[in-house]
Amino acid sequence: MAIELKNVTKQVGAETHVYETNLSFDKGGFNVLLGTTLSGKTTLLRLMAGLERPSTGEVWFDGKDVTGVPVQRRGVSMVYQQFINYPNFTVFDNIASPLRVAGESKGRIRQRVEKISKLLKLTPLLERLPSELSGGQQQRTALARALVKNAPLVLLDEPLANLDYKLREELRDELPRLFMDTGATVVYATSEPLEALMLGGYTATLHQGRVTQYGPTPMIYRKPNNLLSARVFSAPPINTATIQKEGSTFRLTDSATWPAPAALRQLKNGPYTIGIRPHHISVESHGAGAVSINGIVQIAEISGSESIIHFHIEDNSWISECRGIHPYKVGESARLYLDVSRCFYFNPDGELIAHPGAADG
Amino acid sequence: MAEIKLRQVRHSYSRDHRKEEDWALKELNAVWQDGTAYALLGPSGCGKTTLLNIISGLITPTEGRVLFDDRDVTDTPTGERHIAQVFQFPVVYDTMTVYDNLAFPLRNRGMDSARVSARVGEISRMLDLESMLSQKAYGLTADGKQKISLGRGLVREDVNIIMFDEPLTVIDPHLKWQLRSKLKELHQRVGVTMIYVTHDQTEALTFADQVVVIYEGTVVQVGTPVELFEQPQHTFVGHFIGSPGMNLLPCSAADGATLFSGIPVQTTNAHKLKTNGRRMELGIRPEFIRFDNSGFDVEIVKVDDLGRYQLVETRRAENTIKMILAEGTPIPAENPRIAFDPKHTWLYADGWAVS
Repeated sequence: MAIELKNVTKQVGAETHVYETNLSFDKGGFNVLLGTTLSGKTTLLRLMAGLERPSTGEVWFDGKDVTGVPVQRRGVSMVYQQFINYPNFTVFDNIASPLRVAGESKGRIRQRVEKISKLLKLTPLLERLPSELSGGQQQRTALARALVKNAPLVLLDEPLANLDYKLREELRDELPRLFMDTGATVVYATSEPLEALMLGGYTATLHQGRVTQYGPTPMIYRKPNNLLSARVFSAPPINTATIQKEGSTFRLTDSATWPAPAALRQLKNGPYTIGIRPHHISVESHGAGAVSINGIVQIAEISGSESIIHFHIEDNSWISECRGIHPYKVGESARLYLDVSRCFYFNPDGELIAHPGAADG
Repeated sequence: MAEIKLRQVRHSYSRDHRKEEDWALKELNAVWQDGTAYALLGPSGCGKTTLLNIISGLITPTEGRVLFDDRDVTDTPTGERHIAQVFQFPVVYDTMTVYDNLAFPLRNRGMDSARVSARVGEISRMLDLESMLSQKAYGLTADGKQKISLGRGLVREDVNIIMFDEPLTVIDPHLKWQLRSKLKELHQRVGVTMIYVTHDQTEALTFADQVVVIYEGTVVQVGTPVELFEQPQHTFVGHFIGSPGMNLLPCSAADGATLFSGIPVQTTNAHKLKTNGRRMELGIRPEFIRFDNSGFDVEIVKVDDLGRYQLVETRRAENTIKMILAEGTPIPAENPRIAFDPKHTWLYADGWAVS
């Protein structure tokens, strides 16, 4: 099913939950809504489901206006963060319930439930009650119920947020494959950038009730149109700072300057903003394009193979994520290297003017 | 401040515990040093919260003794163990100001107001709460409230241990980074023993000096984050730590040589093998595999662009082998061959690293 939101807004009392939004999702596509809490993800899902009516604007399914159509008649399935199952039904009956409501035959129900449980690795658990399942199994049951009716639109609201880390990893990998075969249009809300990248498809980045960008997921990551999208799509958070353009040079601090890339040489002098992802700042110089900076370490976190160094550079709080073990002490000064060929440049209004790969010359 | 000793501690929730699986926590002997940051890491139901509750005194272990600085506290109630706890959901008094929330544990213990004020001032500075001291707590965001819970733990000077039970669960990913690094920074400044329970490897590895990995009631490895990453002593550690975890491949081993899918593979520990286990596996992390023409051939199933790195899924016969490559590393278009780094290739017998 193709979905269109046309000039949709949502006001609740004096608060605006969604500002005027236009989005269209192709039939059978996998779409991610990426944003922090209160960015409007859940509201958009509820508007698509028909659980809420937009204050203004229209919702269209397959070229038809469904704005006034109630949720029961929209052909949608929804999966929530909290696993919702019938506690007194077995896994089989939980999964079968939407088919029974739809009046499907016994044989057809068995066939569908078996197929979907195999896909979600629930086959050995079909006779159990939800209380006898782990969190991951309960959520897989809820997913199976959402999938079994072959709804043309499946809405998922942070479905993995309450699961253990490892299960999340597994399901993130499985989910897109699962939907690929069903032909359903999927809209998946998450607050985690890595999750969006793993799921792939298309992503809409959201910030405080506004869509800041929509496009193929890796493209938005590599070329965010504006500072807001870049911020939403970076974990750890993208490092930003105001820099000055002076002639053919960019200046971050008195000692950290670099020549303006060819594409930006014509820019007028003045303040700009750079964005640089944490893994492009390292304690080791990586040759040409490396600009050294001095940071005051706030804390160094060591994972198994990498260090995450939180540091201050003048008034900016920055993060470096680099290979190797670098146990700096709190307050220690550290020399770090910025790979300026990986910088994003934004104008004072926060619009992208150059991104890595396009900015060198 | 205290050193914690666990002597032959084990715990069962059922009265009948003749069978091995009746024990939620299997026998554990451990010494945890004063002033160290520990993480208890494992999946839901592995026994990590049981262990935490045994230390805090909410549970008396079925067997064994718990000692703080060689003083037996097994039967000492929680209230007398001088432990501060921070839970998943922030526990704050909504109608009180931030100041009064932080002062509460001190006033309870009858501290005079000048000392209360000095102490609250110090803690609020560390936590960046100074500007909101006169605000009521109910208007604060989840991370603001969680900071207060944390501040209430830190404000007392008589605390032996601060315990955290999945404290970042309700915090937005963007703020998790900040709060987590704040916790670690506080640990370095204050130096009190901290125990942090989580199922999230990133939180455990970045927070802790020592990570205690628990699997089905058994502590399978205690080590620094680097040790757990580079020298997993159990396949569970290999699998659970790292994202994705270690590739575990069936193999056969004899006379120091290891064969995977008909190919001899160098490992770091096969020479120590005395007797074969029932299940022999080869473990190699995705980070330690590279494309190499002198290696063996595989089929590429898919390549995911995850921004910072590429996740490549390959297959050889029935085996999936995942590899992690840096952003921009070229991937061969035809005849892909891969090689394992022998220093980071491990042989496991029935789950345990051969030693």
